[in-house]
Amino acid sequence: MTMIFGIPLQAFLGQLLIGLINGSFYALLSLGLAVIFGLLRVINFAHGAQYMLGAFAAMLMLEYFGINYWVALILGPIVVGLFGAIIERTMLSRLYDLDPLYGLLFTFGLALTIEGTFRYLYGAAGQPYSVPTQLAGGTNLGFMFLPIYRGWVVVVSLVACIGTWLLIEKTKLGAYLRAATENPVLVQAFGVNVPVLLTLTYGLGAALAAFAGVLAAPIYQVSPLMGSNIIIVVFAVVVVGGMGSIMGAIITGYMLGIAEGLTKVFYPEASNIVIFVIMAIVLLLRPAGLFGRDA
Amino acid sequence: MSEMTQTAAKPHIERSATASRTYTIFVIIGLAALILAPMFFYPIFLMKLLCFALFACAFNLLLGYTGLLSFGHATFFGGAAYFTAHVVKEWGFPPELGILTGVVGAALLGLVMGFFAIRRQGIYFAMITLALSQMFFFFCLQAKFTQGEDGIQSVPRGHLFGFIDLNSSTNMYYFVLGVFLIGMVIIWRFINSPFGMILRSIRENEPRAISLGYSVARYKLGAFVMSAALAGLAGGLKSLVFQFATLTDVAWQMSGEVILMTLLGGIGTLIGPIFGAGLVVTLQNYLATSQFPVTIVTGVIFMICVLVFRRGIIGEFYASRLGRKLGFEHRR
Repeated sequence: MTMIFGIPLQAFLGQLLIGLINGSFYALLSLGLAVIFGLLRVINFAHGAQYMLGAFAAMLMLEYFGINYWVALILGPIVVGLFGAIIERTMLSRLYDLDPLYGLLFTFGLALTIEGTFRYLYGAAGQPYSVPTQLAGGTNLGFMFLPIYRGWVVVVSLVACIGTWLLIEKTKLGAYLRAATENPVLVQAFGVNVPVLLTLTYGLGAALAAFAGVLAAPIYQVSPLMGSNIIIVVFAVVVVGGMGSIMGAIITGYMLGIAEGLTKVFYPEASNIVIFVIMAIVLLLRPAGLFGRDA
Repeated sequence: MSEMTQTAAKPHIERSATASRTYTIFVIIGLAALILAPMFFYPIFLMKLLCFALFACAFNLLLGYTGLLSFGHATFFGGAAYFTAHVVKEWGFPPELGILTGVVGAALLGLVMGFFAIRRQGIYFAMITLALSQMFFFFCLQAKFTQGEDGIQSVPRGHLFGFIDLNSSTNMYYFVLGVFLIGMVIIWRFINSPFGMILRSIRENEPRAISLGYSVARYKLGAFVMSAALAGLAGGLKSLVFQFATLTDVAWQMSGEVILMTLLGGIGTLIGPIFGAGLVVTLQNYLATSQFPVTIVTGVIFMICVLVFRRGIIGEFYASRLGRKLGFEHRR
């Protein structure tokens, strides 16, 4: 058997793939956080809850309406995005003039409420969501066995990340967004409806989180706790990358996912904390984060 | 900004004379109530309340008086609970030394976490403390001495100074009350010291404090360690009251709870967090018997507080007509 650093190649590549999958979710979620933070100056603690809502949306749509995975992948994010937009319009928007910490506290409360409600209704245990038939099974690449669904997740999340990046960097809407990030008052004076832009942004961020949630449903179990487990890691990712750049958030997400996967190969006990350790090291060497502009 | 402060300065002095008189009366009434309370309430409930009140006041030292929002205070509370439980149960330390160990341990944890966290400000500070505290949670999950999911069970309360038997719940209550009062006096002294004044100036205007020549980072770290040590005092005490230390104490939900207590009672008021803790603990006790999960209620209260009730109970009272008549001002 081929060995790499004293580890069987199969196991090594297997963990690398798991790392890449986790990295995809970190990237999608930290991207959404960065987009929301960029314009609203709010750290969306409810991001994990919205991710969980996406997974639940997929599961409940299948259970009650027989809506399949492919439709849920579109419909789930739309529903959660609308929910996010309503929350922003009715409540979150009242906090923009205050210290940004209030936005964090509000979304923390929101996350607790959503998580508590789903725990109350569906229990804390995870429920399975089966892989769509078109993507079931796996393929032998010669050097490793690749479950098709996992490959699909990596490709789709990469496409979603790059798509969002293009939307923000290359389109007119994105230009408005970036301009409003720099100087909202001036952009408003030019006739752009900034409050609507803010609502759209929050909705988009929530939809991205829900999209990640639907993608995650067949891989992890659908559980009310899945959001809070991942959001704290994503916060560490955001601290490492710095929220100044969209691309920075994406790259950091993948890098840290892979670092976590590799730690599982070499020193499994530390795999839970390796991202936090990396965060601490980055804080020592580059306090502003790898891609950060703000100190 | 500075002109406003100057014009406001004079009436403030006159008012604060009335305020301190009212304050003294309130403190005496409060003390009497706390001393008599075990006659009317279940002692364990009261002790839990006092532990969390002290924890919330320690947290408020950082949020209310330095302007730093820590999302990782469970580390100090729960960490100290583990340290105290371990040395009392395994090494046979007397309770007073056990709590001291918890305090020192929490202060050291605070030094480490603070060292990293003060490198960033505002929202980043909150996220870093949350991440580091999650790291400590995983450490506690895997470390041998915490006994994983089981936690450290049946911790002996022992004899205070060798002769006061703490297994009697009356003795234990007055011990907890004593420690609580010592903690409150320390906090009160601390925020009214020159050090505390500088912390407030950092909260109000950090660049200005820097330009005045204060080493802001060092003051922040000092406040962080102080707050961590006092949170540790509460945590160590808690592990003796309930005779166990578990993962619940170090989980992020605990950090959220202490934020809620402070927010609900009044950020930046000395006694507000006590009321906030009282409400939250009462609510938890009340809901513990029902099927309805506490998380939903906590979350909704959080959202309402942030949206319409940012001053908290005591803050609103100070700002109310009655509060102003009694000579209080909204202090934030």
